[in-house]
Amino acid sequence: MSHAHEHVSNTKRIWLVFALLSVVTTVEVFLGIVRPEFLFMTNFLSMNLLNWVFILLTLYKAYYIVWAFMHMEGEKSSLRWAVVATVIFLVLYLLFILLVEADYVFEVFKNSTIKWNF
Amino acid sequence: MGATVTTANKSENTWGGGNEPMGASYGKLMMWFFIVSDALTFSGFLAAYGFSRFKFIDNWPIADEVFTHFPFMHGVDAPMYYVALMTFILIFSSVTMVLAVDAGHQMKQKNVAFYMLLTIVGGLIFVGSQAWEWKNFIKGEFGAIETKGGSIIQFVDNTGKRVKLEEFAVNLPDQKEELTRSKGKWFMEDEETLATYSVAEIQAGFKAHPELLVRTEKIYRDTEEDRKNKKLQPGLNENKKREILTRAESEIMVGNAHMVVEGANLKHNEYGSKLFADFFFFITGFHGFHVFSGVVINFIIFLNILLGTYEKRRSYEMVEKVGLYWHFVDLVWVFVFTFFYLV
Repeated sequence: MSHAHEHVSNTKRIWLVFALLSVVTTVEVFLGIVRPEFLFMTNFLSMNLLNWVFILLTLYKAYYIVWAFMHMEGEKSSLRWAVVATVIFLVLYLLFILLVEADYVFEVFKNSTIKWNF
Repeated sequence: MGATVTTANKSENTWGGGNEPMGASYGKLMMWFFIVSDALTFSGFLAAYGFSRFKFIDNWPIADEVFTHFPFMHGVDAPMYYVALMTFILIFSSVTMVLAVDAGHQMKQKNVAFYMLLTIVGGLIFVGSQAWEWKNFIKGEFGAIETKGGSIIQFVDNTGKRVKLEEFAVNLPDQKEELTRSKGKWFMEDEETLATYSVAEIQAGFKAHPELLVRTEKIYRDTEEDRKNKKLQPGLNENKKREILTRAESEIMVGNAHMVVEGANLKHNEYGSKLFADFFFFITGFHGFHVFSGVVINFIIFLNILLGTYEKRRSYEMVEKVGLYWHFVDLVWVFVFTFFYLV
């Protein structure tokens, strides 16, 4: 374990990370309410830019929660890889399969002669 | 409980558990692996939500229109403010948790206890807020009609503003009776609660108000095809908002009415797609359950801090382990917040 940290107080860094997370959340809520036209109406990879911004900001927050609050930055790299790489790989794989399939089902519904929404 | 802090035990040999290849104690490592599996569970739920959403991408409820309430501000349209507040509360309780861990490293019993208490209070406020959010969601606001085809139609006036059912429904002297267990037959136990208005009352009210129009679940995309669509009311439809039908088309839709829906449950949902409500209840419910169990575990640790258990052990690693769990709950909320309320 990180013995080096045991007697050093990290309070300053904790408050700094808190400020950072708060600012990011505020920006997210602000964007969510205003919905700027050029972000909301422009699509990139079949999702609008605003949603991409939200997702990136969320990952940014997640990084700070795991690295600073859960103190992943002080762990050995073997632990870091074992935990983070596993989750990221499996989640990306799952998302790829499910979302591509869902889009296909959507196309089928949309272009078929069967009317389902009436 | 000697095994909980193996770091202090350097006398053990390699095969006896003295070796820590990942530099973390047994307990901490297991907490990390539990978190990995729990993270994958939540990812599964959120990915399933994504699947349903992509499948019905043209019919998904717009979160801004669903979560609009703020305590003590009735009738004020306040999208997202409350959930943003909840997010802050949870992030703040994460901060007090990490402060407790920090104080634990310095063996300051009183500080650890104080920050732990704040964390517990934060968790309780969050769970309470969640319950309030559920209450509003279940109660609903405007009410809607479910058609025979199962789609949801809502009502707007000729400026596109939402209209509540109570604003136009006619009171017909019909005999509606809810069959309770004492009156009904044994096979009618599933009788659903009657809505405030019957379908006939809504239909009569709709006829009496010629300015009313129907808004469907479908989202208007402003494509060439959409603009040529004669069924849509000209001038009212906006890109990425729900489609508003002409009066003639609205009448056909209202004629197809099957039942009145107020609020949301696992079977019907006045905001639109039923799956939205199902996922909302399931995912936020599962997360809320995590917060609740987190509060219980934190409370047990809090008692142990007060009793001086960790002073005797000369290590506050237990606080660190529950801290990991608590931050994880916060981490999950960050994603739930994004995918339910923002995206």
